[in-house]
Amino acid sequence: MDIKAYIASGILELYVAGTLSEKESQEVFALTQQYPEILEEVKSIEASIVKLTASVAPKDAKHSFNTIKTQITSAENDTKVITMDKPKTNWFTYVGWAASLILAAGLLWMVNENNILKQQIEVVETDKEFLETQIENANNSLAEAEKLVDILRDRNIVEVPLDGQGDFANAYAKVYWDQNSNSIYLDAKDLPEAPEGKVYQVWSLTLNPLTPTSLGTIDDFNTDTNKIFTITNANASEAFGITLEPAGGSETPTMEQLYTLGVVASTP
Amino acid sequence: MQLEQLVSKFQQKDVKAFEMLYNMYSESMHGVIYNIVRDKEIAEEIMQDVFIKAWHKSDTYSAKKGRFFTWILNIARNAAIDKTRSKNFKNANKNLNADFFVGILEHSDNLDKQTDAIGIKKFVTKLAEKCKEVIELLYFKGYTQKEASETLEMPIGTIKTRNRNCINELRAMLDV
Repeated sequence: MDIKAYIASGILELYVAGTLSEKESQEVFALTQQYPEILEEVKSIEASIVKLTASVAPKDAKHSFNTIKTQITSAENDTKVITMDKPKTNWFTYVGWAASLILAAGLLWMVNENNILKQQIEVVETDKEFLETQIENANNSLAEAEKLVDILRDRNIVEVPLDGQGDFANAYAKVYWDQNSNSIYLDAKDLPEAPEGKVYQVWSLTLNPLTPTSLGTIDDFNTDTNKIFTITNANASEAFGITLEPAGGSETPTMEQLYTLGVVASTP
Repeated sequence: MQLEQLVSKFQQKDVKAFEMLYNMYSESMHGVIYNIVRDKEIAEEIMQDVFIKAWHKSDTYSAKKGRFFTWILNIARNAAIDKTRSKNFKNANKNLNADFFVGILEHSDNLDKQTDAIGIKKFVTKLAEKCKEVIELLYFKGYTQKEASETLEMPIGTIKTRNRNCINELRAMLDV
């Protein structure tokens, strides 16, 4: 084989350029392995092309192998990291789900607890209102009792016992007359309950001549608990009486129904 | 180390060997790519992509099919040409410089202290127009002998011998 003629044909330049067919390239490769002269020629051609093409490259380029190195090595690390991370990710997922389930259960429990507490507060509120009412009632009772005690101890008050009359001998009442405030306090504890459609009427009397003046009816007699009634009385009374009259009261006392009567002991 | 050993180690994913190959050919690939895309940033980007691609498909290289340089030259040219065909690139670079690689050399004023580059600049300015064309098409653009003969309207045999003579002139100037 004429090596010089083969080299001079220009096929090696095309071989380096990469324009030969695969079959032609394989032939050239075989010859480079066989003839060192051909291989050297190829290397020289290649070196000149490398230099020529390199001279065209922009000279202020910033590229370096490190950029590529980081990319190819980090790409390898990435794949490793992915395989190692997989079980970790699953573990995290499970823990995450478990945590959210626990959290959800906890929230439901707390909502439930909150409702129970709210109901308990409502019950306590009701109890409190009830107790407050009781305290108020007790306070009212106490105030009334204190008032009664004050009345009983007042030296300006005149006591007038009203004894049962006729058929009503068991009846009894007592008038405490506060002449300073022109009012009487009638303690009617020992009068029987007024029958349906009837009311007790209180009278102020002067004796000479006998003149009754109505002090009004006791409409709430049956419902009042302590049976003490405050009644205004500006008259110069000499006696007090109580009769049972039809509802609404009468102009004059019905004497057959006179329950109690008492005379004021000493006229001031 | 012999090129064959270097390439073989590179194919076994030896980063050091890869770095040596990179140092040998990256400038060259950069030049080829830049001549096609005519954009410094894009050219650098493609050049790095080319080497990363080469690393990942290193097992597809076989010395029987051609030189390692030729293999990576093909990857580089294809990547650069693909880029020029992409829609974004066409829109951004409507007026691609029609000059050959010699235009870049003739107009570049920052050839550094690289004596080779300065020598090559002198060489290309003296180089006959037909040499510029044939080197441009065969090495920078990756034309086949047939495509080059059609573009330059000359017989296939003439392309072959003319290219041989042009490379000889280059080698004489570079002393390789």
